[in-house]
Amino acid sequence: MEELRILSPTAILGYGFPLASFQAGLERNPHVIAVDAGSTDPGPYYLGSGQSFTQRSAVKRDLRHLIEAALTRKIPLIIGSAGGSGARPHLEWNLAIVEEVLQELGKTAELAVIYGDIDPQLVAEKLKKGEVQPLGPVPQLTEEEVFACTNLVAQMGLEPIMEALENGAEIILAGRAYDPTSFAAYPVLKGYDLALALHMGKILECAAIAANPGSGSDCLMGYLYEDSFVLEALNPQRECTKISIAAHTLYEKSDPYFLPGPGGRLDLTKTVFEQLPEGKVRVSGTTFIPTDGYFVKLEGARLIGYRTISIAGVRDPIMIGQIDSVIEGVKERVADNFQDLQGYELHVHCYGKNGVMGALEPHPEPGHELGLVIEALANTQEVADTICSFARSTLLHYGYPGRKSTAGNLAFPYSPSDVSAGAVYKFNVHHLMQVEDPKSLFPIKMGRSGL
Amino acid sequence: MRYVKDVALVIRSKNAGPYELTFDLMFPDEETYDEVRKSITKAKIAQLYKIEESEVLSLVHFAPAHAIKITIVRPRASGDLGETDVYGAQQHAPLFDLTY
Repeated sequence: MEELRILSPTAILGYGFPLASFQAGLERNPHVIAVDAGSTDPGPYYLGSGQSFTQRSAVKRDLRHLIEAALTRKIPLIIGSAGGSGARPHLEWNLAIVEEVLQELGKTAELAVIYGDIDPQLVAEKLKKGEVQPLGPVPQLTEEEVFACTNLVAQMGLEPIMEALENGAEIILAGRAYDPTSFAAYPVLKGYDLALALHMGKILECAAIAANPGSGSDCLMGYLYEDSFVLEALNPQRECTKISIAAHTLYEKSDPYFLPGPGGRLDLTKTVFEQLPEGKVRVSGTTFIPTDGYFVKLEGARLIGYRTISIAGVRDPIMIGQIDSVIEGVKERVADNFQDLQGYELHVHCYGKNGVMGALEPHPEPGHELGLVIEALANTQEVADTICSFARSTLLHYGYPGRKSTAGNLAFPYSPSDVSAGAVYKFNVHHLMQVEDPKSLFPIKMGRSGL
Repeated sequence: MRYVKDVALVIRSKNAGPYELTFDLMFPDEETYDEVRKSITKAKIAQLYKIEESEVLSLVHFAPAHAIKITIVRPRASGDLGETDVYGAQQHAPLFDLTY
């Protein structure tokens, strides 16, 4: 089997890359350029609201270089989890950028868009049949939660992307996709080993994060062979080391030996990492164990209300000494004053004490100054504004035992002191669903430079 | 008794998906890794974070990277009410108190 080369320009589309690294990658004649755009790391807001967590101008900058290179060289460009969360609004947002870039370059291309949205009705039916199960320490799914999702997606496997490639797509925008698939679809279509292609994709999807020193905004090159693959950093200031590549398998995963995905899991128990000259690493021995039945991971988020925050500092040692009871007292005052308002939440983050770790903090002793974030969450922005404002003014003038500083308890860095932070979402679906056909959930639309 | 922080190359935390929090301890060589891993237990981690041992979901030794990986139940799903660290990237500090 001949060498197959894949260029991964950046860890997330929109995170950027040095043009010199990208050029070095192109000089190695890649067969495909692939990039992952997705992550759940930035939290539930982006899936729930349909917004991208990357900025449009940054994504457009990356795409201009990627599209121009791919079309000039007549190699496919594959983008996974387009728009960050890979639901329909994210895909459409990304598609508009692609169309704009094509127009500006004066080029046309065969586009494929693969949707990852899942019909809640289907999930509800599967739920009744017992074909939906929690993934990890997650509550059982209920029909109510399914229908409450503002966006509900599933991570696609290789199959839909392979089909788009077979149909001649030059640029593929995939909805929510298992991270390695954008990289592995092309080699698997060409007959390369599934396990090695997926494992290489698993590393390439984070681009130079797996190099040393690591970076989320630099390129990584993958070379796939019949029985192994090799990784190379394209920036001379970085190198791939045995440890940096092996360690990457740990990143954001709970078990480095078994990496589950659609249709099965990668088994790394016999994987060998071998240091090669010139900062390259060879990987071999990884296997793929298919699951009994094909499972996809569902991800959903729902609206839970609107948030208002207020930021303030406390420097008075007497108040700091009793901060917990002061905050409790304020909460009671708020509850008493707004007995007619139900269903709001009031939370005070206490930086300098346990603001970062909350209940997990083993050393909750306060420092000499505290940073407070008063946070109100309610069904409407108006109620959230009201609760936050009232809690802030109550705390400002709260009379605690032994108080000497009777003019005010809080130091505000800003005027206005309160910020309406808008809609708040939560992840409410993180489950596995069994499907009969790995492709049927993910419809493909194709068109010349636009849909 | 020695502190793990004095010999580890990497002590880090991160979400492993929105419902789990994972910690990586990485060591410069096999010898140190071998020495430390023997005395890191789920019970020690539970004690450090004041959680139940059953909430320590896994403790895995990963020789290729001279690493110990520990995964616990996230106190809440990432970004849910009361969240303090959406990415889970600053939950590692108690591991600086870990001894072997």
